[in-house]
Amino acid sequence: MSLWAIGAVKSLLVLVFVLQLSAFLLWIERKGSALIQNRIGANRANIFGVVPFNLGFLNTLVADPIKMFTKEDFIPAGCDRFLHALAPFMALFPALITFAAIPFGDSIVLGGETVELRVVDLDVGLLYILAMVSMGVYGAVIAGWASNNRWALLGSIRGSAQMISYELAMGLALVSVVLSYGTLDMQDMVHAQGRTVLGFLPAWGVFFQPVAFIIIFVAGMAESKRVPFDIPEAESELIAGYFTEYSGGKQASFMLADFAEVVVVAGLVTTLFFGGWQFPWLAADGFHLPLMGTIEVSALVVTLLQLMAFSLKVLFFCWLQILVRWTVPRFRYDQLMDLGWKGMLPIALANVVFTAALILARGEGS
Amino acid sequence: MEEFSLSVAAFYFMAGLTLLGAGGVVFTENIVYSALSLMVSFFGVAGLYIFLNADFVAGVQVLVYVGGVLVLTLFAVMLTHQIAEIEVSNKSVGRVPALLICGGLFLVIAKALRGAEFFTTPGGQVSESSTYGIGNLLLREYILPFELASVVLLAVLVGAVVLSRKEVIAPDGTPVPERETIPLTEGQRVMSSPRAALAGAAAKQKVSDV
Amino acid sequence: MSDYIPVFFTLVFAAVIVAVMVSLNRILGPRTEANAIKDAVFECGNEPTGTAWGVRFAIKFYLVALLFIVFDVEVVFMYPWAVIFRELGWFGFVEMMVFMGILVVGYMYAWRKGALEWR
Repeated sequence: MSLWAIGAVKSLLVLVFVLQLSAFLLWIERKGSALIQNRIGANRANIFGVVPFNLGFLNTLVADPIKMFTKEDFIPAGCDRFLHALAPFMALFPALITFAAIPFGDSIVLGGETVELRVVDLDVGLLYILAMVSMGVYGAVIAGWASNNRWALLGSIRGSAQMISYELAMGLALVSVVLSYGTLDMQDMVHAQGRTVLGFLPAWGVFFQPVAFIIIFVAGMAESKRVPFDIPEAESELIAGYFTEYSGGKQASFMLADFAEVVVVAGLVTTLFFGGWQFPWLAADGFHLPLMGTIEVSALVVTLLQLMAFSLKVLFFCWLQILVRWTVPRFRYDQLMDLGWKGMLPIALANVVFTAALILARGEGS
Repeated sequence: MEEFSLSVAAFYFMAGLTLLGAGGVVFTENIVYSALSLMVSFFGVAGLYIFLNADFVAGVQVLVYVGGVLVLTLFAVMLTHQIAEIEVSNKSVGRVPALLICGGLFLVIAKALRGAEFFTTPGGQVSESSTYGIGNLLLREYILPFELASVVLLAVLVGAVVLSRKEVIAPDGTPVPERETIPLTEGQRVMSSPRAALAGAAAKQKVSDV
Repeated sequence: MSDYIPVFFTLVFAAVIVAVMVSLNRILGPRTEANAIKDAVFECGNEPTGTAWGVRFAIKFYLVALLFIVFDVEVVFMYPWAVIFRELGWFGFVEMMVFMGILVVGYMYAWRKGALEWR
C-alpha cells in the first residue's frame, strides 16, 4: 500500500514541479525580456486596484489561464479533427514525463523505508530521456499535418528535421558522458560527482566534459525550438509555424511544452554536468570543507539543502536559456543545419574518441 | 499475489496495445492514421520488452523505431504528392494468394515458437543490468556481426545519398548537375554580401574619380 | 515490477492533466456560428486554395531523416560499448574505431556528394 502511495506522491510532486516551473518561467520570460530590452513588462495585474503593488506574476499564473481556457475551441474547416486534438497532447505529454528520470535528491529513509528521490528508478535513465526527447517530434509533425495549412506543414517539416538533427548531436555527446561515468544510471552519475578533485573543486562533470556540456546545452535549446533555433515557428515567414491554427488550451499546451522542455534541458544539464542535487562539499553526514574541517549537519537538513541545490541549479539554467533566447538573433535554416550536421556532429564524434583514448592513456581501463 | 495478478494484467494490456496498433495499421484507410497506429504498436512492444527485463532494448525500441523509423515514414507520407486520396489496398493480387502466404508465414513462426526454449529466472528478476550484458555479448562474442552492422549502415547511407540526388541525364549521356549556378545580378550581390558589394562600389568610384 | 509503479502513476497523471488542458475549451469556451471566412485556414491572408495535403517538399528533408536513422543506430550501438569500456580496454577501443571508421567514411562520402549541403 505504502509503495503505491509513495509512487503516487513522487510522480505528482515532479509533475507539479515541472508544470508550475513552466508556468512561472512564462512570467520570468516576460519580465526578463523586459529587463533586457529596457521596458517594464507585465505590470498591469492587480485585484481591482486594491493591492498597493503590482502583481505581475498573477498575469501568467491566474489571468492568462482564465483567458486561454475560456476561448472558443476553434478548428478550421478541412482540418483533421482528431489529429488536431492529438497534436498538443503529443507535444506536452512526453515533455512532462521526461523529468521523471532525473533524480532530485539522494535516497532518504522515511518511516523505516528507503525512498529514492526520483520517480523512475531505471538503470537506463539516460536512454529513457533520449527516447522521450525523440518523441517530441510528433507534436510538431501531427500539428502541421492536422492543420491542413501550407505554412503550418512547412513549419512542422522544418521543425522535425531540425529536432532529429540536433537529437543526433545530443546522443553522440551523451556517449562521451557515459564513457566518463561508465553507467547509464543518472543517480550513479550524481553520486560520482559527490567527491572533490584537487582537494577543493567539486568533481562536477563539466570539468571533465566541457565540450559535451556545450553540445548538449546547445542541442537541448535547439530541441526546445526557442529563439536562436525557432525556425519552425519563425513568425516573419511562417505566421506561427506548426501551431498557427491553434488557440486556447491547445495553444497553451504547445507553449507549456516548450517551457517544460526548457526545464528538462536545465535538469539534464544540471544532473550530468553540475552535480545534480549535490551541494558542494556536503556529504551525508555534513560539510567537509577544504582547510576548515568538518561541520556536522543533521540528515533532514542535508536532504533539504540537496533539494534546494537542485532547484537553484535548475532555475539558473532555465534563466540562462531565457537569457540566450533574448540575446541571440535567429539562425537561417542552412546555417542551422550546417551547425548540426557539419559542426556539432563531427565535434561530438571527435570528443568520444578523445575521451576514450584519454581514459585508456591514464590507465583506467583494465 | 496482488503484485503477480497486476503484472499479468499489465502484460495483457501491453500485448493488446501491440495487436490493436498492428490491426490499425492494416485496417485504417488514411495512411497517416496507419503510421500513428504503428506508433501505438511500437509502444506496446517496448512495454513487452520491459516485462522481459530488457530495459535497454525497450529504450532502443522507442529511440530508433518511434523516434527515427516512424518519423521517416511520416516524412514519406507528407512528401508524397496527393497521398491522402490514394487507395492503398492492392487489389491486383487478390485474397487467396495473400491468405496462402500469410498462413505459411504464420505456420513457420508457430513452428519456431513451439521449438524454442524459453528461459525463466526464479522470481522474474535479472541480476545485472541488460546494457552490461548486451555490451559484453556484442563486443566479445559477436564482434563480427557487430562490425558487419556498420557495413550495412554504410550501405544504407550511400544508398540514401545516391537515391535522393537528382541526377538528370542529358540526351548525350552526360549527367547534368543538380542546379546550375546562375550568375547573380548586381542587386542580388548586394543582398548576399553587402560589405563586399560596398567595397566593390567604392573601388569602382575610385577608378571613375581618376 | 514494483519499480514501475511510479512510472504508471506518472503516465496516468500526465495524460489526465494534458487531456484536461486540451479539452477544457470545449466546456468553458463560447460557441459561435461558423461561416466560410472564419472556417478558412490562415495563410498570411491569402485565400487558401485546395488542400495542403500533397504539397510537395524538397527531398532533402527525407534525406535528413534517413541519415538520422543511420547515425542514430550507430549511437545506440555505442551506449553498451561506453558502459563496459573500462573492462574492454584497448581491444574495445580498436573495435569501436573500426566500427566508427566505416561510418565516418560514409559521412565523408555524404559530405563530398553534397548531401549535407542545404541549398
